[in-house]
Amino acid sequence: MFAYYLDLALRSCRANPVLTGLMVLALGLGIGASMTTLTVYHVLSADPLPGRSERLHLVQLDAGQLQGWRAGEEPDEQLTRLDAQNLLAEARAPRQALMSGGTAIVQDQAEQAEARSVSARYASADFFAMMGAPLRFGSGWSAADDAAHARVVVISHELNERLFGGADSSGRSLRVQDTEMRIIGVLAPWRLTPHFYDLNMGSYARVEELFVPFATAMEIGLNRAGSMNCWGNERVNDPLAAGANCAWMQYWVELPDAQARQDYRAYLVAYAERQRQAGRFERPPNERLRSVRAWLVHKQVVPGDVRLQLWLALGFLLVCLTNTVGLLLAKCLRGTPQIGVRRALGASRKAIFAQHLVEALVIGGAGGLLGLLLAWIGLLGVRMNPASYAELARLDGPMLAACIAVSLLASVAAGLLPAWRAAQVAPALQLKSQ
Amino acid sequence: MDLLPILATLKRHKTAAGLIVLQVALTCAIVCNALFLISQRLERINEPSGLVDDELVVVSVVGVGPSQNADAQTRTDLQALRAVPGVQQLSVINQLPFGRSFSMSTMRTQADRNAPGVGVASYNASEGWLQALGLRLVAGRDFEASEYLDNSTLEQSETGKVTALVINKALAERLFPGADAVGQTLYGISDEPTRIVGVVERLVTPHPGGSDDMNVYSMLLPVRESFRGGAYVLRTEPGRREAVLKAAIAALDQTGPGRILRQQQLFSEMRSAYYAQDRNMVHLLVGVCLALMVVTAFGIVGLASFWVQQRTRMIGTRRALGATRGQILRYFQAENLLLSGLGIVIGMAAAYGISLLLMQNYEMPRLPWSYLPVGALVLCALGQLAVLAPARRAAALPPVAALRG
Repeated sequence: MFAYYLDLALRSCRANPVLTGLMVLALGLGIGASMTTLTVYHVLSADPLPGRSERLHLVQLDAGQLQGWRAGEEPDEQLTRLDAQNLLAEARAPRQALMSGGTAIVQDQAEQAEARSVSARYASADFFAMMGAPLRFGSGWSAADDAAHARVVVISHELNERLFGGADSSGRSLRVQDTEMRIIGVLAPWRLTPHFYDLNMGSYARVEELFVPFATAMEIGLNRAGSMNCWGNERVNDPLAAGANCAWMQYWVELPDAQARQDYRAYLVAYAERQRQAGRFERPPNERLRSVRAWLVHKQVVPGDVRLQLWLALGFLLVCLTNTVGLLLAKCLRGTPQIGVRRALGASRKAIFAQHLVEALVIGGAGGLLGLLLAWIGLLGVRMNPASYAELARLDGPMLAACIAVSLLASVAAGLLPAWRAAQVAPALQLKSQ
Repeated sequence: MDLLPILATLKRHKTAAGLIVLQVALTCAIVCNALFLISQRLERINEPSGLVDDELVVVSVVGVGPSQNADAQTRTDLQALRAVPGVQQLSVINQLPFGRSFSMSTMRTQADRNAPGVGVASYNASEGWLQALGLRLVAGRDFEASEYLDNSTLEQSETGKVTALVINKALAERLFPGADAVGQTLYGISDEPTRIVGVVERLVTPHPGGSDDMNVYSMLLPVRESFRGGAYVLRTEPGRREAVLKAAIAALDQTGPGRILRQQQLFSEMRSAYYAQDRNMVHLLVGVCLALMVVTAFGIVGLASFWVQQRTRMIGTRRALGATRGQILRYFQAENLLLSGLGIVIGMAAAYGISLLLMQNYEMPRLPWSYLPVGALVLCALGQLAVLAPARRAAALPPVAALRG
């Protein structure tokens, strides 16, 4: 029966090529636009570390002054150096890392290549394990290296390509600013989307090119970059000093389950209370412990424009659908005499309904294919735009499946009303009027 | 023209008529808001910075090792850059509009630290900034030579006192409404007061155009940055910018070798890059509006053609009874006007609803009323244009069509 309906549908489409073309075009445009924007949205709201992100939590403490304090307000997103170092020293979570970003000038010692400025991350030992950093050669550094202010670095795949042509450079030396450092690890290509552990660098920034133990970076005076918030009545001469009232460090902990989260939260409250008793904190404990997902939602990391584009495209799809319903209805009603004849010859309402739904599916299928093509072109266009996330916009398996689902759904939605109306045609009336 | 027959006919085609109304309503609602979004973005893109955008080039360098005396090196650099042919004026600035960094201070009119303050973007500028940036003083004066000091000196000084300050007009009007700002003092840079010596007509913050109302105030301090903390801004004729940039880079390489370029750009390029996303959005919105209207127009053409075909006998009968071609044409035009009109009324209500949602979620201002008639007019014209071809086909039907059936 389906084959017969399909044949009827194709005949009917061929009989009205302009009308059919219009419907396919409208559906295609609608599906293409929504799939393009949906893909961008899907990519940008992705989980940066699937399977691991629910265990990672950002720690926030409220070390601000009492002046201007309002109960319950959001504490600073970052920690002071002293708090970060205290929490790291007490190491209450299975894994934890303090970190901050910066830029450094590197020069290959042996080749005497031209010096270049690279983005850098200064972190403690657990960083690599926590963030799931894929190491190609060598390894990350250890807590002992942190303590010893070891002159070691880990470099990115890209930097290794540029400096050493992709060879195993672990063990070789690299001049960072004025200091000779030893490369102990080289990363495989790595990108986190979003760049969640430090959104100040840009939500979709690339992962840094150079990784240095935090203590080492501070000792040799590497440049720091990112956001910094200072407070208090004393003039701050060195905001990077451990005692300064300046928050500029990110602190992430890995907590395996709800119990661990609860314990760690209690520990943070106790820590803040201890600091208050020592006279360092002025405000009552006001801690936050957000998982990666909660953090990304809180920071509204998907750009407003992208969300706006998604709504716009869905609105457009709705107009295209209405358009297709109208045209499909016109086409069905135009064929009323034939429906009357078929009904008179014994076709049931159900058969007529099914026949017209198949026709809608044929048109929807064609529209879906066109939409897929347009989405592919649309994403090509998105990738050419200057936004930092542009290159990430690619169609993947789930989005392809979503595309097919949307076009099927759209065609059924468009076909229901016309098919129902067609099924209402009374056989006798039509024959009489002929 | 009598509307009753049209209404009577439409009653028999409620679904199809309803679909046209719905489509026009949706298109109207989206187009009204999209047009408003476009105008908002254009306003943002075209906001003047206060600087002579097309006459500036920006160069900045970083030292590879720790420089022994960054201030002395900076003075040498400035001397060399001044000698570059085509350079009219130059200055070292810690941050620039459309740049990456954004440094600001909270400024107060009272010494009390608990007094309310205003967030102000703070530009450190060396001698020559007024001419170099092309800003316009509307009150007071430029800094005097004695008021300038090196940033390194400032950082090491006991009090951190800066004696003079130039603010933008927006800040002057915010802090001293109706009064003369020149001569007033502000607190916030240090515990010591700083005197306002001048007001510039316009100077945007480094990141202009955000949704934050506070992001419009800026000030200039007579503080000389070294090449480590600032960028060299060179003013030249628009046509000579590329040449000047090239010569400036060569000059810097001569005066302090071993440093690497951090930035070398025409200021207009910085501006253009800053607004790239907005321009993109404008193109996209225009594209969506056009696509919406085309799809809607084809929807109207499709249904109207269907109706003309279906009513062939009726049209023939009317023509046989003496209706002119013009009357048939106007019948279809009036029918379309009726449907579009209904769609537009519903669409306006929906446009307003969408605007409320945008206000809640995207910090957009309310849709101005003036956009509604614009949207209505566009949709009306679109409907009439779309129906013209089918209506003319209807008018061209001969009276005998009624008999052929």
